[in-house]
Amino acid sequence: MSSAVSVSSKETTWGGGNKPLRTSYGKAMMWFFLLSDGLSFSGFLAAYGFARFRFLDSWPKADEVFTHVPFLHGQELPMIYVAFMTFVLIMSSVTMVLAVDAGHQMKQSKVAFYMLLTILGGAVFVGSQAWEWGTFINGDYGAVKTKGGNILQFVDSHSHHRIALDDFAHKHHSDRIQHEETNGLWFYDEGALPIYSIEEVIEGMEASPNILIRTQILDETGEKTILSREESLNTLRANGKSIVTGANLIENEYGMPLFADFFFFITGFHGFHVFSGVVINIIIFFNVILGTYEKRGHYEMVEKVGLYWHFVDLVWVFVFTFFYLV
Amino acid sequence: MSHQVHNLELFRGLIKFKNITQKIWGVLILLSIVTLVEVALGIFKPKILLLYFLNMKILNWIFISLTIVKAYYITWDFMHMRDETKTLRRVVVWTFVFLVLYLIFILIQESGYIFDQGSDDYIKRDF
Repeated sequence: MSSAVSVSSKETTWGGGNKPLRTSYGKAMMWFFLLSDGLSFSGFLAAYGFARFRFLDSWPKADEVFTHVPFLHGQELPMIYVAFMTFVLIMSSVTMVLAVDAGHQMKQSKVAFYMLLTILGGAVFVGSQAWEWGTFINGDYGAVKTKGGNILQFVDSHSHHRIALDDFAHKHHSDRIQHEETNGLWFYDEGALPIYSIEEVIEGMEASPNILIRTQILDETGEKTILSREESLNTLRANGKSIVTGANLIENEYGMPLFADFFFFITGFHGFHVFSGVVINIIIFFNVILGTYEKRGHYEMVEKVGLYWHFVDLVWVFVFTFFYLV
Repeated sequence: MSHQVHNLELFRGLIKFKNITQKIWGVLILLSIVTLVEVALGIFKPKILLLYFLNMKILNWIFISLTIVKAYYITWDFMHMRDETKTLRRVVVWTFVFLVLYLIFILIQESGYIFDQGSDDYIKRDF
């Protein structure tokens, strides 16, 4: 950084080798990219905020959705696993800065070692995110969707804990078979049939007096509204339409489908960034081992990929806040 | 690049580090503490913080502020913004802050309006 921006003579200004803002071309372009990418993520998160304030009185609560921790099946532990993921990503950011710093000192093996740790951290994070997606897609209790697209969940009348459809729905033998293109005039296949029909759920509900329905509408204290036994049965009979288990882009057993849409889209886009980051890190890692940067005389490439990696961490800090905390 | 100069101070000189490696670990400890505070608040949700301030819970204002604190240290120390020229810092940060504030204002304002329309009996969703 010895050549400051100088205007003393035309030769030094326009003669080449000058660095505007005392930063190299590559780093300046990386900042340019990160700024625009940051604006993309801001657009997505602001759109999430739009949807959330639009449905302020019926937005699902993240604490009830993301309660799972691997190897601790059946326990409700909100925040724990996602806090672990956040820590893994911050930690891999630290090993990345250490790699950049080792690059400044031209220590090839140290750079390679820290790059390897960064790659491992990124891989653990992407794996965790895949697991988180898996549990969200599978769901845990199941719910009923109404004609208007709202979600009715089932809770115990005393503890107000959710009750799984499996625990009370009556399973009948059904003649209804799955539509397939090969055996009819239907133009398209249908998805797998749900485990229970709405009638079986209504029958099960009538037979178990301890079950109430919880709607997605939040009351003044921010809790979901629980209907009386009478209202529960009436609502289910009048409006119940189909069974929902887990979440996808169309329906979501925890409430608004938009919540699932934004979750999949934003964490997916972020996860794709982490994945690309891991791939780029691997390429740089091999370049370090092969001595490419040793020959080049500087490790600026590690610095540039480091900027990208920290940016991914930076975005996660915001995703963490807006999806899990707020 | 070994001649690059690093600013080794945090909190305007309150904490000074001997070398860059020490500073990195210092920033890690800071970020971990902030994350732990966030997680603890997220799990226990103190009643007093659930009151509303400017149409949002105080707790949510705390979360968003702590997030910006974390974003500051990631950008300034991990991405070495602290060691770049003032102009580069301003070009990146001000552009971003200006555009994002505008975006948030427009979208949140609009969604509040649509929320009111939805609760004014023109649109029914309760079936």
